[in-house]
Order: sequence, then structure tokens, then C-alpha cells
Amino acid sequence: MKKKSSRSFGAFLRSGSVPMMFVLICAVCIPLSGLSPSYLINEIVTRMGRNAFLILSLLIPIMAGMGLNFGMTLGAMAGEIGLILASDWQIVGIPGMVLAMIISVPISILLGLFCGKILNMAKGREMITSHIISYFINGVYQLVVLYLMGSVIPIKHSSIKLPRGYGIRNTVSLLSMRQKLDNLIPLTVRGVKIPVATFIIVAILCVFIVWFTRTKLGQDMRAVGQDMEVARDAGINVERTRIISIILSTVLAGIGMVIYLQNMGNIATYSSHSQIGMFCIAALLVGGASVDKASIWNVFLGVILFHLMFIVAPKAGAAITGDSMIGEYFRVFVSYAVITVALVMYETNKRKARSMEGERLRLEQEEEK
Amino acid sequence: MNGKTKEKGAFGKMLESFGLPRLIITLFLLLLLALAPFVGADLPTQITNIIARFSWNGVLVLAMVPMVHSGCGLNFGLPLGIISGLLGATLSIEFGFTGALSFLVAILIATPFALVFGSLYGWLLNKIKGGEMMIATYVGFSSVSMMCMMWLILPYKSPNMVWGLSGKGLRTTISLEGYYNRVLADFLPINIGKLSIPTGTLLFFAVLALAMWAFLHTKTGTAMTAVGSNPTFARAAGINVDRIRLLSVVMSTWLAAVGILVYEQGFGFVQLYMAPFYMALPAVSAILIGGASVNKASIMNVIIGTILFQGIVTMTPTVMNNMIHMDMSEVIRIIVSNGMILYALTRKTEGTK
Repeated sequence: MKKKSSRSFGAFLRSGSVPMMFVLICAVCIPLSGLSPSYLINEIVTRMGRNAFLILSLLIPIMAGMGLNFGMTLGAMAGEIGLILASDWQIVGIPGMVLAMIISVPISILLGLFCGKILNMAKGREMITSHIISYFINGVYQLVVLYLMGSVIPIKHSSIKLPRGYGIRNTVSLLSMRQKLDNLIPLTVRGVKIPVATFIIVAILCVFIVWFTRTKLGQDMRAVGQDMEVARDAGINVERTRIISIILSTVLAGIGMVIYLQNMGNIATYSSHSQIGMFCIAALLVGGASVDKASIWNVFLGVILFHLMFIVAPKAGAAITGDSMIGEYFRVFVSYAVITVALVMYETNKRKARSMEGERLRLEQEEEK
Repeated sequence: MNGKTKEKGAFGKMLESFGLPRLIITLFLLLLLALAPFVGADLPTQITNIIARFSWNGVLVLAMVPMVHSGCGLNFGLPLGIISGLLGATLSIEFGFTGALSFLVAILIATPFALVFGSLYGWLLNKIKGGEMMIATYVGFSSVSMMCMMWLILPYKSPNMVWGLSGKGLRTTISLEGYYNRVLADFLPINIGKLSIPTGTLLFFAVLALAMWAFLHTKTGTAMTAVGSNPTFARAAGINVDRIRLLSVVMSTWLAAVGILVYEQGFGFVQLYMAPFYMALPAVSAILIGGASVNKASIMNVIIGTILFQGIVTMTPTVMNNMIHMDMSEVIRIIVSNGMILYALTRKTEGTK
């Protein structure tokens, strides 16, 4: 009992301190940046629609105790492959997006399966492993997109093909799909454009996640996340549950990437996905999540605070030092620093909990004597 | 949970630790070397390149050894040490040192930075035993992005380093011409036909490797290995585990600082900003390819691994280009190096379970 209460107090401190720090950073930077409130609100709403789905995809592995899924990049790559093919087949607008999502799903499932299997072989170091997996699959992705597409996988249109005849160009324009979903149900409130349809999809995903946590599988995941051995004794197939959580996350990330890119309007073929995992994870952590605990509210708070910082930092940096690059580097630095701090907090807490557990066992044994 | 490795027969362990991927990589390199003359690549030039690249990277790979020995895992935080080296390099140039002296001064200036950064880093890693590698990665990333700002802000003045137009902020690449460019490589070089050997750099590496080997056989060095293989036992034997781990991290950081300076003298340029970002990965995978694992590494692993890794990096572009007119080397490098790291990460837990 005692352990539980102290942990929840620690959790409060943990979940409170990072968002507060960001509120402070934003409070300092917003006036310095000189950006108008209406511009900021507009940007935040756009970025909320763009990123929320992707960040939500991180929640399930956290629930299953597998930490921050750096392997969500895998899903992002699957989504990009879907979009490249859909735009080559000249399917435009919403049908093109849906097709891209449909193509991405089997790829995501395969990649998720691969990732889950490997993570099961590297229990206890899931995060560094998923991190390296994302680099590794990035190599495979480049192999496919840069060498196989056009030579093995037929690509018809020269607008997305490299001049040498195979491989995809550095940027693929998604003009035909650009913000088609965002503008499906047009709504503008006081000059703020609201991507209603995107928000509806995000809301559906939120409902799905809440529902999912209440299913048998969701409960199993929680149990696995709490204690693998106990879950195994309770008759849960731990390995399978963990793989499913990763597959779900990867599939959601793939769909999320399609939504993200339809808002951006083009794919940076070889770099869109590489940073996405880092920014999503940083945003989630800024929202007050930790490595072992995250809720839907963390996602939304995180998008607002993190992206507010993201928008104002370059301008504020330019205002302070006269060099806009400082702000650019500053926001990258903050993203990494937030992840570092969150990881350190998680590990120290884990150690503390472990030593407390040991202490408790020792006391129990003494009592038995 | 980290240090508990199951004891196995020495031979079985060796066979197992050699592993299939390593065998494939070795065969692949041999195949490339065998193919080279047929596709019109000049073998002596290729071998010269491999040796040169080996000499540039050797020390960086050597920097992995102490932390692996003390059980801190693979040092993904290598960029932190690299930054100390870069500070040494830029400050040495800023203070107006030239030629071979600038190299010496760069090492001297880098040392205190490496000691301070390494101590902080080591202190942090002692707080989070068990999660070293992930946090090391992000310590590296954060420090690199932190320094990106610093390179712009710090009041460097030397016209050879700052942007010409604005007169402030360091350039992304700084030429070492006139400073310590090839200062080691041109020390007693051996030229046989097209084959040339940068004796100085190899000697420098050999001295450091020998020192490391000797250190690992001193009392402190044995203690370090003990801490890595069984921390509980080490503590029981009266070893101050945290102090030994701290020492290993500081050593690794300092070696990384020196390593990047050696790399630069061969390469001829100082690369700033995002350049150190991914420099840990090649070093990590090189030592793994050489036969090291997450908790075991020897000097031999460093030498073999660096030769194999750099061999593949040098040979693939030439051979591939000549054979199928596609430069797939970058992709192959990414897949091989990260695949190797993945393999090692999954092996480790198989051993512990």
C-alpha cells in the first residue's frame, strides 16, 4: 500500500514537471516571436490534425510495457510506400488515401511482426532495439524505394521516378491528395480553419483505444505490461500479446502517416519518416506521459505544447540572437533533451521501485523468521 | 540483470560468439576482394584505402572497449566524446597553433573537456544501471544538438573557421590544410608501388591499443572486467563498482575525443554540427563485427572488426559500381551495420535468460 501511494506522488511530479516547463518556455517565447495569436491557433489546430493520429499509435505498446515504440517509423515507411504506389496509379483524392492506407496495412503487419519477434528476443532492452530496428528497416526501405521501385516493382509515371529509370525522386508531390481529408468537411471559425474530418477520425481512434483497453486483449496487455511473469502464470500468451501490441502500433502509425502526409502535400521520400518517430515521442512526453504510462490526454496536451514551442522557437531565437538557425537547433535540442530526461526519470524510478521491492521482500522474510 | 551471463565452455562460447552474421560478412568481404580485379578495380589502391580507413577509425572503435568491459554496454554516447575532440580541434586552431603542434594541442585541450563530460556522463549512467544504451544514445543526440547552437554562439574569431560573410559562427566543415592534416599519416609512410601505408597513424593506434591492453591487465583493469561480468561478485570482492564504471566511461569518452582527432587528420577536415550525430553507429557495429558482444570485447575484436567494416565500406562502392552500375553501398552499409547491432542486442538476452 505504502509503495503505491509514494509511486502515485512520484507519478504526479513526473507527469506535471515536463508540461509545466514547456508552458514556461512557451510563455517566454511567444511574446518574443511576435507571432499573432490567430496565426498560432491556426497552426496548432492544423498540427493537431496532422500529428494526433501518429502520436496515438504510440499508446498501445506503452500499455503493454514495451516502452516508447521507436519502431513506429516502420509504420510510417509502410504508409509512404502506400502513398507512392497510390499516386503512381493516379488514384486521387480520398480514394487514393484510402487505397494508400489499404496498401500500407499488410506491409505494416509484416514489419510489425518482424519488429515484435525481435523485441521478444531482446526483452528488457526494447527501446534501444526498436531504435536500431528503425535504422535497419530504413536501410531496407531505401533498398526497395531507391533500387527496386521502377526496376522490379513497376512504376509508370516519370514524374515520381528518378531520371535514371528506377528509384523514386527525393520528393513525391501529393497535390491530388493535398489536404483532401482536412477539407472534406470545410469549417472555419473566426478565421481558424478546422479539419473536421481529420478530427473525426482521430476521435474514432481515441474511442477505439478506450474500447480496446477494456477488451480481454487490452487487459492482457496491461497485465503483461505490469509483470510479464505474473501474466504468464495467469495463462496469458505473453509473446503473442506483445507482438500484437507492436503490430497494432505499426498499422496505426502507417495510417497516421498517410493522414500526416496528405496534410503536408508532399513526401520527402528519404527523410519524412526518419524524424517522425522522434518528434512524436517527444510530443507525447511533453504532454506528461512517461515511458510506462501514457493517456490520450497526454497526446493532445503534448501536441499543443510541443508544437507551440516548435513554431515559436525559431522566431524567438532570431529575436534574441539575430540568427534563426539558433532557434532551429534549439527545438531539435529540446526534443532530444525531453526524451533523454524522460528516459532517465523512467530508469531511476524503475531502479527505485526495484530496490523498494527488494527491501519489502527482505522485511517479509524477517517477519517470517 | 545485466551482468549475469551463463557460463559456457570456452570453445562453445567462441563458436557461438563468432556467429553466422560475422561469417557472412567475412565471406562477403573476401568475395569482394576476389572480384575486385575482375571488375577492373585496382587491388593495391583498394587495399591502401582499407588500411587508410582502418587507421582513421581504429581509435574510435577502440573507445568502445572500456565501457563494454565495465558492463555499461555499447557506448552509443560516443558523440559526447567526439564533441570534446571537436572542441579541442577548433580551440587549437583558434589559438593559432599550426602543423603538428596543433594536433598535440588539440589533444591537450580536448582532454579536460573529455574528463568533465565523461564524468558527468558516467555519473548519469551510474544512476540508471540497466538502461545505459538507450540513454547513452539520447545523451549523444542531445549533446550534438546542444553543440549545434554552441558552434554558432561561441565567439570563435579565426577567419579559417568562421563563415566568411558574417564573420561569426563556425562553418560546417573546416579544412585542416596547414594545421594537422595528415600529421600522423605522413610520419614515416611506406610506399610500395601503389600500396602506401600510413605508418604514423597505425603506430599511434598501436600505442593506444597496447596501452589499453596493458591497462586491462592491471589491477584496475581486471577489476573493470570483474564489474562487467558480475557486479554483485565484484562488490563482494570490495571493488567500488560505481567508481570503476565512471572510470570506464571517462576513458571511453577521452578515447573518442582522441579518435575523432585521428580521424580528422586522415580525412583532412573538421566536421561540425550534425556530423557527429551518427558517428557512434559505425564504431559500434565495427566492434560487433569483430566478434565483440554487448558485454565482451577485446583489442583483437577492435582490429578485426575495423578491418572488416571499413573493408566493406571501401570495397562495395567500387565493386558494385563496376559490376551492376548501381551504387548500393550506402544501403548495404546501413543494413549490414544496423543488422549487426540488432543481432548483438538479441544475442545478449539469449545468453542471460
